[in-house]
Amino acid sequence: QVPGKTWKDCDGIMLKSKTFVKKTRAGGVLKIVREHYLRDDIWCGSEVCKECKDEAPVLQEDACIESNLCSYPHYLIPDTNVVLHQIDILEDPLIRNVIILQTVLQEIRHRSAPAYKRIKDAIHEKEKHFYMFTNEHHRETFIEREPGESANDRNDRAIRVAAKWYADHLAKKTNGGSLKVVLLTDDRANKEKAEQYGLIVYRCEEYIKSLIGNPELVDRLALQPDDQNEITGSKLLFPEHLPLSRIQSGIKNGVLLQGTFHANRDNYLEGTVFINREGEDINEVLLQGLQNLNRAVHQDVVAVELFPKERWVAPSSVVLQDDSPNDEDAEEDETENKLNPKSYISEAVILKPTGRVVGIIKRNWRPYCGMLSQSMIKEATRHLFTPADRRIPRIRIETRQAANLAGQRIMVAIDGWPKNSRYPNGHFVKNLGTAGDKETETEVLLLEHDVPHLPFSPAVLSFLPKMPWSITEEDLKVRADLRHLGVCSVDPPGCTDIDDALHCRELENGNLEVGVHIADVSHFIRPGNALDQEAASRGTTVYLCGKRIDMVPELLSSNLCSLRSNVERLAFSCIWEMNHNAEIIKTHFTKSVINSKASLTYAEAQMRIDDTTMNDDITKSLRGLNRLAKILKGRRTEKGALTLSSPEVRFHMDSETHDPIDLQTKELKETNSMVEEFMLLANISVAQKIYDEFSECALLRKHPSPPPSNYDILIKAAKSRDLNIHIDSAKALADSLNNATVENFPYFNTLLRILATRCMMQAVYFCSGMDSDFHHYGLASPIYTHFITHQEVRCYAQRASVAFHTQLFFKNKGIINEEGFILFVRKNAIIILIPKFGIKGTVFFDNKDKPSPHLIFDSEGPTLKVEEHMFRMFDKVKVTISLDASNIQHQRIRMALIEPVIPGVSVPVPESEPEAKKPKLDC
Amino acid sequence: MAGLELLSDQGYRLDGRKASELRKVQARMSVFAQADGSAYLEQGNTKALAVVYGPHETRGSRSKSLHDRAVINCQYSMATFSTAERKRRPHGDRKSSEMSLHLKQTFEAAVLTELYPRSQIDIYVKILQADGGNYSACVNAATLALVDAGIPMRDYVCACTAGFVEDTPLADLCHAEESGGGTALALALLPRSGNIALLQMDARLHQDHLDALIEAAMTACKGVSKVLDGVVRQHLEEVSVLTRD
Repeated sequence: QVPGKTWKDCDGIMLKSKTFVKKTRAGGVLKIVREHYLRDDIWCGSEVCKECKDEAPVLQEDACIESNLCSYPHYLIPDTNVVLHQIDILEDPLIRNVIILQTVLQEIRHRSAPAYKRIKDAIHEKEKHFYMFTNEHHRETFIEREPGESANDRNDRAIRVAAKWYADHLAKKTNGGSLKVVLLTDDRANKEKAEQYGLIVYRCEEYIKSLIGNPELVDRLALQPDDQNEITGSKLLFPEHLPLSRIQSGIKNGVLLQGTFHANRDNYLEGTVFINREGEDINEVLLQGLQNLNRAVHQDVVAVELFPKERWVAPSSVVLQDDSPNDEDAEEDETENKLNPKSYISEAVILKPTGRVVGIIKRNWRPYCGMLSQSMIKEATRHLFTPADRRIPRIRIETRQAANLAGQRIMVAIDGWPKNSRYPNGHFVKNLGTAGDKETETEVLLLEHDVPHLPFSPAVLSFLPKMPWSITEEDLKVRADLRHLGVCSVDPPGCTDIDDALHCRELENGNLEVGVHIADVSHFIRPGNALDQEAASRGTTVYLCGKRIDMVPELLSSNLCSLRSNVERLAFSCIWEMNHNAEIIKTHFTKSVINSKASLTYAEAQMRIDDTTMNDDITKSLRGLNRLAKILKGRRTEKGALTLSSPEVRFHMDSETHDPIDLQTKELKETNSMVEEFMLLANISVAQKIYDEFSECALLRKHPSPPPSNYDILIKAAKSRDLNIHIDSAKALADSLNNATVENFPYFNTLLRILATRCMMQAVYFCSGMDSDFHHYGLASPIYTHFITHQEVRCYAQRASVAFHTQLFFKNKGIINEEGFILFVRKNAIIILIPKFGIKGTVFFDNKDKPSPHLIFDSEGPTLKVEEHMFRMFDKVKVTISLDASNIQHQRIRMALIEPVIPGVSVPVPESEPEAKKPKLDC
Repeated sequence: MAGLELLSDQGYRLDGRKASELRKVQARMSVFAQADGSAYLEQGNTKALAVVYGPHETRGSRSKSLHDRAVINCQYSMATFSTAERKRRPHGDRKSSEMSLHLKQTFEAAVLTELYPRSQIDIYVKILQADGGNYSACVNAATLALVDAGIPMRDYVCACTAGFVEDTPLADLCHAEESGGGTALALALLPRSGNIALLQMDARLHQDHLDALIEAAMTACKGVSKVLDGVVRQHLEEVSVLTRD
């Protein structure tokens, strides 16, 4: 190779020009002219050849493999389809001395990225003696496409020409010796032409079967119908959607059902359509399999057709994630049996109405956050995008900046989903930043949960009161002046938006006066203006770990509508007169002006109550409130209110970096429940009041009692410990939960309560005129509304934020070994709760990489027998927790079993880092 | 659809060249009789026409002329049919102004301008077909046109591009390689002295690779200079045969 060598002296023979037309994305037609140089210095790569000046020949001289058909040493030349379909065979160590032609390699590159990767790996492996021959640039093997010849035919001819060249070349070098080349093709026409051309040619199957002493290779032959030698790219994967007119008539005459599609988070081949029509006896339709899901994306409004009853199935409890090889063109046969192996189906399972999507009524696509999974071909411009939300399918996008986008959180919008495409097509919207970065991840959370988090617009801000603001004479005229009362507020530490305050004092008649005061936001936000609309669209203030997204501008939330101490604030007050048994004698509501005397944290308030030396007004007031709250709570519990628990996690943040240092589960103080109790009381009183005043249109909240079948899992779980749970009434349930304790297992009760939460129905808002049953099951109250929500209104974004910070925590901590309890048992996994950290994790038993252990699942227990060990709910296990960062897209906390020891399943105890054992406790 | 594989594992590029090989360079001098000097040059599929007028008295305002050397005036343009998509290219757009400026700087470094004070030399170059390396084709064509016009220069100015793909420097990029991502560097060299007349690189490149890339571009430029020298000598031979008759 001569540096700077020029082609001056070659005089045109070696230069060909390739011309072809190409359609641009805009629809125009381009004529592309490319140079194509032909060379003399491309070597055949064989040890035999002395003429070719190859320094390191790849192909061996004695290329012997025992075969009935070819008794002589030979090199193999497979054609494109053979490589594409029989790659398993070619990868076998037995198959050596293969010539891969450039034509073949290029075709494979276009057709299948995984096959391309595999064949390239084979070429790189020295032991395999695979040689890539650059036939397209060889002077004697290059051919031009003839008029009327298709590109495929031209390539087939190029393969034949190259094979012929090899045959002649080797014959010359060995003086007509024994070394031959064998062309492998499954294409009948190609085979005939090659035979006419004087080549030795076999079908792949024929050749492999002829190999002596290697019967196992035959098993690896990919089955292929003889005539189907060409995969057409336009294979239809999905049935066509019906036109809207037919959907409408179908829905009208009841053949089709309309509903919202919800993808299953754990199984990408399954989804449910919730039918949102009154008077329909079926309100959920199960969909299974890609074909039946028919391109519906989570949250789309779709039309479904019900299957006849005999085709109904039960939802599968297998956890399936779409992680097939990253290849946009591979059309794998994801068959139904992957979903629901017949062996699993027992008589007991309840079949659900099953159907298929026939049309999309309304797409509900939005831009999705996630990450790019780069294509295996480095230069590829089409890549798959994996959304952060697992319910959204992967999206194929076209980008040239894939290398830059790797490791970044990006946003992608779906453009469409053609019926011949495995994945929807989309386009890149914007880059959010590096994955794992705190800012980026927070942004992702907010976007994914559709939380408006942009700064307030000037139009919104224009409706804020002008500062400095003070209470005017007019305000005082229409409001009760309660500034003299010993009002105080109790909130979590660091709270700046104090929206409620309390007071309690003794009246002259010996009764107690108790007041709950809530900031009068309606004074500042008038109905219908931009500020009101913005607040309505935001809906709630979102609390993330270390960050808050306000519903109203900060001036209101943290200042004018925050009932801070020692400032005058406008409030709406609910004032009761009670006797010492906490029985309400009189209730009245008023707009008021208050002046809070102290804003306390739960801990401070608790300290004041407990400290007997303190006897100021505030402390006395708190003691009074606390005493009443205990009575109220007792009464509520008596009526059957449930105490359910779900683990809540708190972080100790490093003040400099805001990285979580330690996390602990939230502990509840007496004062927490004190505040809660009065909020509930206020809500109940307000509910009663508005119902009395506006009996037809009061906005109330109810919590329906769950159907008995919801409790099955709870009852089974309790039974596994010989305990009975009664579900006849809320009271019975509450009592049996209270009594359900197991010796030496203090956490059992908490676990049971967590489980009970799962059995509950969703509480709903409703209008009093539309319903007659107002009962709130969880609170055991005949009527309820949300006058005050305190800060217990939780948002999913916060949950996710906690999850992210938990990950961050484990990232810093390394590997931790911890005890946990089995919360649920699934067919192929157990879900484990770690009480210390309040986190849940899944331990899978079937692993793609290694043979899965013997699993027996019994839905009665439910129990799962793994090899010899039986897992039951609430079993204590030991796991090792680490952050699985191997896939940065889905960084997650990984748990692996340490105890009980099951060979091949559990892992040895890893060395846990010393710092993990003694976390710093600085708050 | 998969993108293009710019460099195969066997070391061949899209068009069959190896990493350090140039495209085929062909050139003719004195293609126009009216001009003082002219040349036509093909570098692969990139085709350029260069015409030189001068040195002559400064046209237009006198103030532009320099008392101690000649002014070099360059104008670069592209034919409407030079690219795959036919496109009208008005004079003086940003890209061609920039290219004109680069050419001017290149030749100010190479032409012995001090021999012609208060005069002007015009160099007009047009790209007839663009397939990557427009700047280098223009420089090489203009060098031949200057030689044809008999304007004294320090040396041939030879230009070539080099790109960086898969940790390998590629010489003389074609259009597909230029647009296929990666870094491209254009270099104009006075080969005998090894002086660099112009070096331009827009994209990002790790500093560690810069030396290798410049080295590759310089080697390529030297290759070009051999071709240009051959063209000039052959032209002289032809001309002397003609004049002898």
